[in-house]
Amino acid sequence: MTQSKPGIGGDDVPGRTETPPPETIRLQPTRGFSRVLSPRELWRYRDVALQIAARDVTVRYRQTALGVAWAVLQPLGFMVVFSVVFGNLAGVSSDGLPYPLFSLAALVPWTFFSTALLLGSDSLVANNALVSKIYFPRIFIPAGVVAAGLVDIAISLVILFVVVLAWGVVPSAAVLTVPLLVAMAVASALGLTAALSAVNVRYRDVRYIVPFAIQMLLFITPIAYPSSLIDEPWRTISAINPMVGVVEGFRWATLDTGNAPLALIGVSAASALVILFAGLAYFDRVERRFADYV
Amino acid sequence: MADLAISTNGLGKQYTLGLHRRGYGTLRESIAQAARRSVRRAGGREPAVAVDKLWALRDLSMTVRPGEVVGLIGHNGAGKTTLLKILARITEPSAGYADVTGRVGSLLEVGTGFHPELTGRENIFLNGAILGMRRAEIARRFDEIVDFAEIGRFLDTPVKRYSSGMSVRLAFAVAAHLEPEILLVDEVLAVGDASFQRKSLGKMGEVAEEGRTVIFVSHNLAIIQALCDRGVLLERGEAVADAPVREAIDRYLRTLERAASDDLLERTDRDSRGYDDTLIRRVQIRDPTGGSPDVIVGGRPAVIEVHITEIVPMLECRLTVANSLGQPVTTLDSEVRATEDVRDNGMGPVIECHIPELPLLPGRYRLDVLLMGKRQIQDGLQAAAFFDVEPGVMADRPMPASGSDGDVVLAHTWRLPS
Repeated sequence: MTQSKPGIGGDDVPGRTETPPPETIRLQPTRGFSRVLSPRELWRYRDVALQIAARDVTVRYRQTALGVAWAVLQPLGFMVVFSVVFGNLAGVSSDGLPYPLFSLAALVPWTFFSTALLLGSDSLVANNALVSKIYFPRIFIPAGVVAAGLVDIAISLVILFVVVLAWGVVPSAAVLTVPLLVAMAVASALGLTAALSAVNVRYRDVRYIVPFAIQMLLFITPIAYPSSLIDEPWRTISAINPMVGVVEGFRWATLDTGNAPLALIGVSAASALVILFAGLAYFDRVERRFADYV
Repeated sequence: MADLAISTNGLGKQYTLGLHRRGYGTLRESIAQAARRSVRRAGGREPAVAVDKLWALRDLSMTVRPGEVVGLIGHNGAGKTTLLKILARITEPSAGYADVTGRVGSLLEVGTGFHPELTGRENIFLNGAILGMRRAEIARRFDEIVDFAEIGRFLDTPVKRYSSGMSVRLAFAVAAHLEPEILLVDEVLAVGDASFQRKSLGKMGEVAEEGRTVIFVSHNLAIIQALCDRGVLLERGEAVADAPVREAIDRYLRTLERAASDDLLERTDRDSRGYDDTLIRRVQIRDPTGGSPDVIVGGRPAVIEVHITEIVPMLECRLTVANSLGQPVTTLDSEVRATEDVRDNGMGPVIECHIPELPLLPGRYRLDVLLMGKRQIQDGLQAAAFFDVEPGVMADRPMPASGSDGDVVLAHTWRLPS
């Protein structure tokens, strides 16, 4: 056997066999950071992560008449409304791009982000039976919601490219940065979701704040309008909202606009990383008390 | 191989009182509280509020060797479930530590993690993973699990369309096919119909014989006695006995009787769901035609009196008669009406249950009482009273003095060829 050590100890065997040798885990009061940021712990429970993500994907559209179509109907619906209201009636600038494309390229990552936030922030409470009865790294619960959203965004990306190509626009090589931009959206969604779901365990106020905050963010983020309407230095500063970089990046990457919004993407990427680590760190600190509160 | 499966040292868990019933607050309350505290501090006084803390488990040091089957015994709130939750890593201890060697599987509640929208098949994989099985392992034992659960053709039906019996069977089947080195079991055998219960019990026996370490919690002392080698008796969060299972059970039964003879209002192990608008004060069984209380001759009339503190609207009472090992013999429930039931507004705060001929074999029995009112559970006490049944006559037939199987005696007549 292996010697135990404070916190989560013990060996793990790489490429583990079906009957791993027993290992000793010491359970004791912990302080500071212990679990979430321990890759070994996450790896040990990888099957749970997969099953929870698979569950979230499966359940999302089961017994809905339109099924996966919902993943694309939401951004397409917003696109139509935005094009009529902001594009035609209000005459909002779209940096010279066809307004429907301009808004759809932004709505695809936005829908992923807002859905993840909405469902993820309530996820720990919704799964309280699991949290109070069984141990596994709890981060899998909000992370599962975010992962399930990746299926949605994959589908809506396909629709986006179909619409873009049908419009006669051919994306440039910049399209290769789409995975990076999606990763930024995932990082910010995961960080925020982790923190919000953890706070929600203690304070159910989160339930009321989140839908409201998402609506505010929709207007703060340049989705219906281009960020070029904002003067510097405020434009760059606004990219502290990570979705600013993601949204403007998406337009550049998929609509062949030419000028890369590098400053916006850079600031937003840094911000997304900060949000990710701060969110996970907070989650890690409070995780041990979930079962006592939920 | 490690020489110990579990070793705890000074293990303790402290809860802040009120946490359980109201698990969460609102942000506003916390902000207000923090504000009050800082105002007080600014005023130069120390915070005067002493937060009520409760040690649900205190200073527990015990060791379990691999292959041992240990039963945890004790009243409600004695710390049994808290200990299991710590060992299962659901909650962290507040003091001391526990070293656990080997993979832990916990059956703290069967069916946890079932998702109603998923099919039986999908739920087997989800639940298996959550309980700590590897995917390949679940796939290998898949057919066995389906067979055991007896769900056959409903395998691809969403679990929400299952009867409650089916989903419980499926849940238990998944859990029973876990192959952890250490298995934690909390009161899961009371599921399904009688034949499934027997099957589950057999399965648990197998698990115990396979050399796995099992920590077992149940109120059914007969099951504990059948499955466990060793019993640990917990009282108010502390281990007061750690002995061969028979001895630990005896000791527990003695503490139960002591508690029953005292003023019941002093008991702290009450049903946690109770609203406490009215409480069980005293429970007594007597023969209305005379004789000493708490001793009844079998086949004679008996009255069970539940004295309560307060008369509240819509009073109901449920009595469970259990034998000396805690196995329920029968339940008497006032919510199930009969035409001869009486509701009398001239009565004092006492509920009476009349039994015309007590059909119990000689022996010692206990009464568990659940009190309801205002459509809520008000109070509940296990082992609220004990009574002895002496050999008597049932329908003109003398009862065997002792040594017969079972707990009940039925009025009956025979017809035999001669």
